[in-house]
Parts: sequence; C-alpha cells; structure tokens
Amino acid sequence: MSETEPLASVEPAADPSRRRLLLASTGVVGAIGVGAVAWPFLASLRPSQRARVVGAPVEVYIGNLEPGQMARVAWRGATIGIMRRTERMLADLEGLAGRLRDPESNNRDQQPEYARNLHRSIRPEILVLNVHCTHLGCVPQVVPEVGAQPFDANWRGGFFCPCHRSTFDLAGRVFSGVPAISNLLVPPHSFIDDDHVIIGVDPEGAA
Amino acid sequence: MAKTANPISRSVDALDQWVNERAGVKSFYKQHLSEYWAPKNFNLWYFFGSLSLLVLVNQLLTGIFLTMHYKPDAEHAFASIEYIMRDVEWGWLIRYMHSTGASLFFAVVYLHMFRALLYGSYKKPRELVWILGVAIFLILMAESFMGYVLPWGQMSYWGAQVIISLFGAVPFVGEALVEWIRGDYFVADATLNRFFALHVVALPMVLVLLVVLHLAALHEVGSNNPDGVDIKAKKDDKGRPLDAVPFHPYYTVKDVFGAGIFLLIAAFIIFFWPEGGGYFLKPDNFVMANPLVTPDHIPPVWYFTPFYAILQAVPDKLMGVVLMGVAVLILFFVPWLDRSPVRSLRYRSWVSKLALALFVIAFVRLGMLGLAQDSSTFELRFWTFLYFAFFILMPVWTSFEKTKPVPERVTT
Repeated sequence: MSETEPLASVEPAADPSRRRLLLASTGVVGAIGVGAVAWPFLASLRPSQRARVVGAPVEVYIGNLEPGQMARVAWRGATIGIMRRTERMLADLEGLAGRLRDPESNNRDQQPEYARNLHRSIRPEILVLNVHCTHLGCVPQVVPEVGAQPFDANWRGGFFCPCHRSTFDLAGRVFSGVPAISNLLVPPHSFIDDDHVIIGVDPEGAA
Repeated sequence: MAKTANPISRSVDALDQWVNERAGVKSFYKQHLSEYWAPKNFNLWYFFGSLSLLVLVNQLLTGIFLTMHYKPDAEHAFASIEYIMRDVEWGWLIRYMHSTGASLFFAVVYLHMFRALLYGSYKKPRELVWILGVAIFLILMAESFMGYVLPWGQMSYWGAQVIISLFGAVPFVGEALVEWIRGDYFVADATLNRFFALHVVALPMVLVLLVVLHLAALHEVGSNNPDGVDIKAKKDDKGRPLDAVPFHPYYTVKDVFGAGIFLLIAAFIIFFWPEGGGYFLKPDNFVMANPLVTPDHIPPVWYFTPFYAILQAVPDKLMGVVLMGVAVLILFFVPWLDRSPVRSLRYRSWVSKLALALFVIAFVRLGMLGLAQDSSTFELRFWTFLYFAFFILMPVWTSFEKTKPVPERVTT
C-alpha cells in the first residue's frame, strides 16, 4: 500500500504483523478455493462417460481382404486402415530405410511394443494403421502402385497426404523432408482368430 | 437552464436534468463526442476504425438472430443452416450478412491495422491502444475460427481437425490438451457444442469489452493523424487544440458517409457474391461433415492464409506452430521495435517506405501461397523470412535512417 494520509475514520492497526498473517492466509486459502472451484469446470471439458463408452473396441472380419487391398473402419472417430500386404510390398520395406526419418520405429509413442518391428505389425502381412497424417490429422490417400509420382520420382507405394504433401511407406513410416515427423500410429489391436482382428484391445500378455 | 413556456420542452429539460444528476450522461457525451478533439486532417484511412465497429454490430445483431434458428448439435447443425438458408423467411440474408460479414470484418481490420503502421499510431503515447487492438485481432481470429466450425460442413470439420491438432505440438501435454479441447477422441458433437458456447457467449463478451477498452485508451491519449503531429501542443486560449475539430458533428458525419459507401459495397457482395467465389465460404462446406473422408485440399479462409503459409514453410510441427504463433504475437512488440523519432511514414526516409512496401507484398504473397495447394517451399520460406525481417530489423533501420523535420502544425 502506498503512503497516504491516515484516515480519520479508520484506527491504525495495533499489530501490523497480525494483519499481514491474516492477509497472507486469506490469500492462500482463497487461491486454493479458486482452484477447487475451477477444477469441475475444466474437467467438465474432458471426454464424457458416454464418449468413453462409445470409444469401445471394434471387431473386424478380414477373411475377404485381398492381397494389396485395404479396408477402413472407424474407431474413436479415426479412420483405421487394415491392409493385407503382398510379398512385393513386404520385400520393399527394408530397402527404403535410407529415405525414412524413423525406419527403426524408435519413436515408441507411434506403435505398441508388439508392432515395433520392420513391418510394424503383429502378422507381417496384416498392417493395422491409424490412417491420419501425423502432421495435422488429414487422411492420406493410399497410392500402392510402384512408379514415379508428382511428389516422389522413386515411389515404391505408400501413403500420400493431400493436405501438406507428407508421404509414408507401406508400413506407415514417414519419409524424410516432409511436414510430418512421426510414423503413422499403429493402434492397439489383436487377432481373435485367423479372420478377425479387434481394434482397441492389446494381445493377451502384451502390455 | 432557461425557463421555457412550452410544457413539453420543460418536462424534457426536467427529465434531462434528473438523469444527469444521477448518471452523468452529459459529461460522457462531451468527453467522447462533442468535446473529443480529433485532428482535422483525417483521411480515407481513418474510416476503417468506425467501420470495424459497424461490422461488429452487424455480427452481433445477425448472430443473435441466427442463434434463434441454429442447432448446436452434430446431428442437426448442418441441416439447421440449410433450414435457415431455405425455409426461414429472409434467413439467407441474415446468414450471408453474418458469414460474409466475417470476411468484411477482417478486410476492414487489416486496413485499420495498416493505417496504424502507416502513420505510427502505435508509438508513444498510444502503445496501449495498439496492444488492445492486437488483442482484439487475436480474439477475432478465435471467434471467426469457431464460427466457421458451426455449420458442420466438411471444411468446418477438417479445418477444426487441423487447427485443434496444432495444440498437439505442445511438448509432453500436447495429446492430453488436444483431447481436452475436443472433449472427445476426435472432433465430435462435444467439440461443436463448446465452440458454439464460446462463439456465441464467451468470446463476444470479451470482444466487446476489449473494444470498449480500446476506445477508452484512445480517448485518453487522443487520436494520431497522418502527419503524426501532436495536436495538443498548440491550443487556443480556451484550451482547444488549434488543429482539431470536435468528433461530433464533424467526424460523425464523415463516418456516416463512409458507412454509406461501405454498406453499398457490402450489400453488393452479400447479394451477388456472398460466397466470395469460394474464398469466404468453401464449396466443400456445403457437404456435411464426415470424419471418414478428408477433402483433397483443406485451405483456410482467406484471412488466415498468410499465417497458414508460415506454418507450411517449416518442416517441423512444433517449430511451424511456434513460428505461426510468433507471427501474430510479434505485433504486440511493434511500439518498442520502432525506434524512429517520428511517427508518420511521411517524414521517414525511403528505407522505411521500402520496408513497409516489402512487408505488405510479403503478407499478400503469403496469403496467396497459403491458399494454393502446390506452393514451392522455397517461395514460402522466402516470404516468411521477409515477414519476420520486417519486425526483427525494424529497430535497426528506424534508428539509423535520416528522418525529415516534422512540421509544428498539421498539413492538409
């Protein structure tokens, strides 16, 4: 408080330290109170119980998936692509390493531990991928054929994002020098039997 | 007060006196209108402040009426907009006044901001006027972004997806933050509903408050003018600035004239070109939002494209977002980056004129590149570099350039 003339209507404090203590404790308790009241409001903006229930796992039949074909399903509002890769596609993966930003899947946030391998999948041929560009969330197009493309002269097949021209190979690994910096996300998934995959559930025993 | 025989004017006088003893309306009227001394040499550039206010009122009024028919629900939002467009009497007009009004808002605000750069209106003692103005610009960006989401078309949806995921670039808490903003695992009904609340209630209140503060700060220090001359330095024997006229009636009349011309142009656009050839409303936004289908190209509305181009110029998500944020926030520092002893560009050297010209070209060019799908990375980076160079080098050239003497009184 600034130096002012003492007011005629107010008596000076008998013990200023008592007043300071009162002010400080009121301030602290008040701040805790504000925080406690703010919490319900801020927390109300998180996904609701209903949203969490709707985000339940999805079971997909893959028995009719042809080699080279990709099926799309929605899980938690995201497009999940399930692709049966051909021998040629799998054979290509190794040779691309030099042009990729993270060929070894070192960024552990982008796949569960059980998909942290060359083909980024549980079964080599079945790729399960969250097909949303890791740059800004658009859905990249699948461009499976080999050959020169406007965005890449030595294209070996993969994903191309039309929004900002990010490219990914057929294991969802990001190429160097594009806006996206991480590989496409592999969602938690597991196989119920040969022909059924379930999105949102880890394999038994896996963390 | 002189006694009048007329009973009507006597009771009007009495009411006037009764109110003024209690509310001080007269002193407010004097301070802000009849005795607010404004420089007499305002030119065309000085229309855009009052026009911004006019468009704000338009947005508030049309917005209230749209709220009466719109449904903030992912199931019904898109259909309710089409209902407004087709079935509500004059609904198409109110909707287009609002959606096209948003583009006009940015047009006049950009011109208003350019005026400040032209005549150094941000320089001491008007730093706070400028800071409040930049804050208005920031809130306006948030307001228009959220408004664009409400029709729940494809562009609404994917624009929201792109912009919200920008927050995912924040280290450590990014993903949790994005989920908190959306209120779901993807852009969904919850997102639409909260954007509606923010667009219709929270942000307009902040916006109006900031506009009041912007004007209060301006009226405390007084308006700048094209010469950047301090008009308060020369006063007559009654303390009135020699080079000023009272805002009312002189500038109210001028602004009403400007508003007339502006409304003529606005009406033409609203009637004959309401979607702005796809620049104000994208064709894709006439398709209902679909989380499973991404449009081939997601360009932002024209007034965001310069900043969007800056985002694209950087091959790293976090750095891109940071640079885009800095591109806006750097405006706050302009009053201190400009070291020049004179305000107006009229009394600065060719260096300042060239710098401002290059900045305007860079801004416009970035805007064009942000709209295009296949902009060259080199060009993006070149103009981004120029954009930032304008601000970063401003202290250098404004310290060293040779300025011309500023006259004591305003010129015509």
